[in-house]
Amino acid sequence: MSPSLLPWYYVGQRFAIALLTLLIISFTVFFATQLLPGDVAEILLGQAATPEAVAGLREAMGLNAPALSQYAGWLAGLAHGDLGTSYANRMEVSELISGRLANSLRLAGVTTLISVPFALALGILAAMYRGSALDRAISICTISVISVPEFMLATLAVLVFAVWLGWLPALSIGGNADTLGGLLKTYAMPVISLAIGVSAQMVRMTRAAVIETIQTPYVEMALLKGASRWRMVIGHALPNAIGPIANAIALSLSYLVGGVIIVETVFNYPGVAKLMVDAVATRDLPLIQSCAMIFCVSYLSLITLADIVAILSNPRLRR
Amino acid sequence: MTEPLVSVRDLRIGATTDAGRKVEIIKGVSFDIAPGEIVALIGESGSGKTTIALSLMGHARPGCRISGGRIAIGGDDVTAMSETGRAALRGTRVSYVPQSAAAAFNPAKRIMAQVIEITDIHRLMPRAEAEAKAVELFRALALPEPESIGTRYPHQVSGGQLQRLSAAMALIGGPDLVIFDEPTTALDVTTQIEVLRAFKSAMAQGGASGVYVSHDLAVVAQIADRIIVLKGGEIQEEGTTGQILHAPAHPYTRALLAAFEPRPHAAVPAPGHPAQPRPIIEVAHLHAGYGPISDGAPQAKVLQDVSFRLERGRNLGVIGESGSGKSTLARAIAGILPPYRGTVLVDGTEMRPDLRNRSKEELRRAQIVFQLADTALNPAHSIGAILGRPLAFYHGMRGQAAERRVIELLDMVQLPANLRFRLPGELSGGQKQRVNFARALAAEPELVLCDEITSALDTVVAAAIIDLLKELQRELDLSYLFISHDLSTVEAICDDVLVMHKGRVVEALPARDMSAKAAHPYSRLLISSIPQLDTGWLASLEQDPELVRQFALR
Repeated sequence: MSPSLLPWYYVGQRFAIALLTLLIISFTVFFATQLLPGDVAEILLGQAATPEAVAGLREAMGLNAPALSQYAGWLAGLAHGDLGTSYANRMEVSELISGRLANSLRLAGVTTLISVPFALALGILAAMYRGSALDRAISICTISVISVPEFMLATLAVLVFAVWLGWLPALSIGGNADTLGGLLKTYAMPVISLAIGVSAQMVRMTRAAVIETIQTPYVEMALLKGASRWRMVIGHALPNAIGPIANAIALSLSYLVGGVIIVETVFNYPGVAKLMVDAVATRDLPLIQSCAMIFCVSYLSLITLADIVAILSNPRLRR
Repeated sequence: MTEPLVSVRDLRIGATTDAGRKVEIIKGVSFDIAPGEIVALIGESGSGKTTIALSLMGHARPGCRISGGRIAIGGDDVTAMSETGRAALRGTRVSYVPQSAAAAFNPAKRIMAQVIEITDIHRLMPRAEAEAKAVELFRALALPEPESIGTRYPHQVSGGQLQRLSAAMALIGGPDLVIFDEPTTALDVTTQIEVLRAFKSAMAQGGASGVYVSHDLAVVAQIADRIIVLKGGEIQEEGTTGQILHAPAHPYTRALLAAFEPRPHAAVPAPGHPAQPRPIIEVAHLHAGYGPISDGAPQAKVLQDVSFRLERGRNLGVIGESGSGKSTLARAIAGILPPYRGTVLVDGTEMRPDLRNRSKEELRRAQIVFQLADTALNPAHSIGAILGRPLAFYHGMRGQAAERRVIELLDMVQLPANLRFRLPGELSGGQKQRVNFARALAAEPELVLCDEITSALDTVVAAAIIDLLKELQRELDLSYLFISHDLSTVEAICDDVLVMHKGRVVEALPARDMSAKAAHPYSRLLISSIPQLDTGWLASLEQDPELVRQFALR
């Protein structure tokens, strides 16, 4: 193989692994939701339903077919973009999700835009001035934030900003996003709660990755060429820390996936996570499965993307 | 007398240990360097030679601090400068050639950008001019393809080339003083010659002063005008190169020189009679390699068709440069890397290729000792536990019996019995290597495969290990397969020598008159490349360029 194609070979390999992982995930998601307690037909028809009616509905919904063939049908539907029909209100799952997904992505996007530059800057600064008062202050802050669970952060934010200060509404629902003020009011609280938790991890991992490269002989060599501290870190250490930093970003952002479930619930934000929590309450299997798949796919894409960045940033694979 | 370029007076450098204790590592050192003069700092590890050299740039490694004295470069006091002032000095007036260029080049940036970086940091000249000057330096340093080598990444050129490129990096700013920090220690001998020559001619052309840090007197003899001998952070002796080599005054200098004295090994006569029909080890047509196996052969074939025999009580040296397959040979014999073709007979018994299929008795007979005791000894286990393991494994020894035997083993390698309660991290390099060897002895082997066991040690310590090996051989009836890149060490202990090149044995020789009898061109090239304690050696050395091109792994 020509050496210039080598990185792309590894990238292809990563994609293949991601696809295989996705298949395993779909299997797990499908059978895990099957294990949820309660019979769908009974729940749908209520306690007064006759056994005959329940059996008829089970037959009509295809619930009597073997689990594996149900899985195959579901997977084939997924591949075609058909997510099935909601049990609860007979609507297309894809229709239910689409609006909500956009809401969640907007929340995650705004959080990413704020937290990534903020966290990278703090992490690099802490590494550059390692052992200084600044570094220690950053370390103490990040550790305290990491040790507090996100529902606690979110609840505290409500308590402080909505209840005590009264600056922001406690709920994000129905906010007016047309004006800047309205936009801020709608997003401020969920974004602050999410961004703080996400950034803390990223700051710590970025700091560790940069410190590791600062201790290499080539950075000492840059010092002995008369380079300034900025040049040493930005010019010499950082390009070699891209792989680990990309992984740190991906791992931290994947925390968003779990974080939104709590934050959306606390602030009653109309996103996918809130939809999923509601679906669990109504035993709406197709909806739960689709939401779960969305979360898994976003997690997997982040990790795969980080791996690909690490591969492409490796100079030994460059020509 | 002309004004010295560098003047160091009563330099003191302190360090803080991990435990927070403060120690003085440089204890009041004073010396001068005249313009255009090359001064060597010679000493063993821990003598402070690199620390002094770095302090000339106003730099102290993390944990160290210049605590007293004065360093003046061209009249400016470096110790009194601010960090910004020192940064302005580095690269322009004093520059640095690192020990390992492979580690000192940033893997993520192209070579040219790194070579001319000094001109960019200090705004010395426009980029195009800097690149032209770099190409000129590449040419002066005899680098191949001087026009285009700068466009490559560091991993795309060889170690010897990188070392010369790092010299170009140091010379680009036209410094008054160049610091060479053991720049050829990590290179093979045939590569070292080319690099030394390039350094010497580039320095002669530029007229800069130099500080050459090294532990190798023979290398220093080729390049330095004056030598400063250091030990424990203090100057032991200072003089011209001729004086130090021929009329050393200090006992420590004499000890350093004595390590160069040939100490020929009284060879055990080869048994002419058939009383010993079975050699301790006989290897026939051995092939080994790495990577996935297809058609019965691995992808990367390292060892090819190696055959030899070693009679009981004799020692066989294996010499060659990095990549010659000498360590792979030891690993293949030990079964760590199972050979895919060929046979290994120990005392007439055929060994199964894979270590895991060998019986305890087969494993016991041939023990391997690795180069780096630091990584071979588990840092979390006490010395007693490390030596106790093979005793329990091979001989089922436990409790008091094992403890008695551990003390005996420590005594054999001349270490005190109470060392068994210590951890490897608390021992010196020489002590660790002795424990490493004692662990092999615990199995009561007949054959010991020694893989570069003295290479990481200082010369005086290494010589003591060789004496110990010889003494143990007499007492325990051992045979050694001794792998080394250092010919004088091999000469000191071996009866026969195999010369390896690219996985093949190119020649088998008696160790005693290796230099006189070597017939293969590669053996001759290798032997002639060993630096001699003679100041004119490099200048008068003539090697056939065709031969060099063919065999030297540059």
